[in-house]
Formats: sequence, C-alpha cells, structure tokens
Amino acid sequence: MPLLIAFIAGLVMSIGMSYSQMIEPSKVLAFLTLNKNWDPSLLLVMVSALLTYSIGYWLFVAKKKPIMADKFYLPQKRAIDKPLVIGAILFGAGWGLVGYCPGPALVAISSGSSGTLTFVAAMIAGWFISRQLPIKA
Amino acid sequence: MENFTPISALIGGSLIGLGALMLFIFSGRIAGISGIASNLLFSAQQRGWRLAFVVGLIVGPLAFGLIKPDFAFTTVELGWPVIIAGLLVGLGTGWGSGCTSGHGICGMSRLSPRSILSTILFMLVGIIVATLLH
Repeated sequence: MPLLIAFIAGLVMSIGMSYSQMIEPSKVLAFLTLNKNWDPSLLLVMVSALLTYSIGYWLFVAKKKPIMADKFYLPQKRAIDKPLVIGAILFGAGWGLVGYCPGPALVAISSGSSGTLTFVAAMIAGWFISRQLPIKA
Repeated sequence: MENFTPISALIGGSLIGLGALMLFIFSGRIAGISGIASNLLFSAQQRGWRLAFVVGLIVGPLAFGLIKPDFAFTTVELGWPVIIAGLLVGLGTGWGSGCTSGHGICGMSRLSPRSILSTILFMLVGIIVATLLH
C-alpha cells in the first residue's frame, strides 16, 4: 500500500506539472524573465499548490499520525546555515539559466529529449558531488 | 501577459499540492522531489516508496496524454547551458536540502523559516539570472 500511495502521489503531482505547463522550461522562464512578455502563470501554480497543501496540512497535522505510517517524518534541521543559503543561490542560478527545477526535469524524461536527459544526468552528478563534498555549516 | 494561462495554472497547481498532501497524510512523508530522487540513487535505505514515487512522476505525462490526446510539451536544446544548469541545480538542491516542491510548497506551507528563506533566495536569484540572460 505505501508503494501505491507513493506512486499515485508522484503521478498526481506530475499530471499537475504537465497540465500547468511547468514541465516546459519556456513557460517557467516566461515568469522568471521580467523584461519581456511577463507571464505570471507560475505564480498562480505556486499559490494554488501552497493553498491546497497548507489547508490539508493544518487540518491534518493536529491528528498527530499519518493514516498508513507510524509517524510524520518532518525535517529536523532548524538552523539557517551556510549550506542552505549557498545551495538556494546556486539552485536559483541554474533554474534561471534553463528553466528546469528537479521535479519538472524528471517529469520530462519521457520526452526522450537529449537536452532534458543531459540536464537530468548533470543534476544527478550535482547531487552526488554535494554528498561527497558537504559544505560546513 | 499574452501567454498567461490562469485556469490551467490554478488546476495544475492544485493537483501538485494535492499529490504532495496525499503523500504526507497517508505516508507521513514530505514530497521533496530532489530529496526523494537523490536518496533513491545514493542512499541504500527506504528505496521502495521513493522508486514508486519517481516512477509516478515519470509516467505522469504519458498518463496525461491518454486523458488529453493532443497533449505535447516542449523541452530544451542540448548545449553547455543545460550541463551547467543541471550541475548547479543538483549541487544547489543537494547542499540546500530541497527544491521548489520540498521547500517551496511543503516547507512554506509548514511555515518553516529555512524553507521560506530558501524559496525567497532561489526565486530572487532565478529571476535575476533569467532576466539578465534571456
């Protein structure tokens, strides 16, 4: 059952990214690029995703336990540290350069596009390097 | 704003939030895509649900194509920018422990200060880089 839940969760998020065109780098760049034909669509994607998740989260978090697991696995880190700040800046730079963040890039794998596959391979290399060479907090 | 698509943005965004919420309510897990995918590849534990989630992500456009037969999407051209951007996104989400889904949606909804700061920073830098380069 946890496998089915995880599969459907990924599928629903993926269909949402496909339908909203967030898997298209040009659509994302049309939001991030302010000086020509600005397209606010990404803002509405973020707002509606945030609203949906927030309402569910705050209604449900009082229940203390997930339906099919023994506890909620919430991130334990609290500190605003160097890895967080440097990471967010580098991520933003890569995102603004091409218009892919990790979700949409993985979702677009099935296109078979050599550009998308290369981006994903480089992203995986980046994940590997970040684990081998952690930044001191 | 001639390319503004508010309806599909609102419906698509709600589905993204709904999928992430489902994973949290049923399995107690945060739907941070960079964390799930990198742990699937580089951590030996808890691979089952992470693999199922990533398979769901990858088959999404194929399933959507069945519902909407005229569905087609554009991608990116192969070139140096794609390699550099991929590396930056991998390093950044690895060191910064999260991306648009984990920090931007799940973390901001929880009002996590780390996620709020991360989202402000990557949105701001993304806007600056895109506006200067494109």
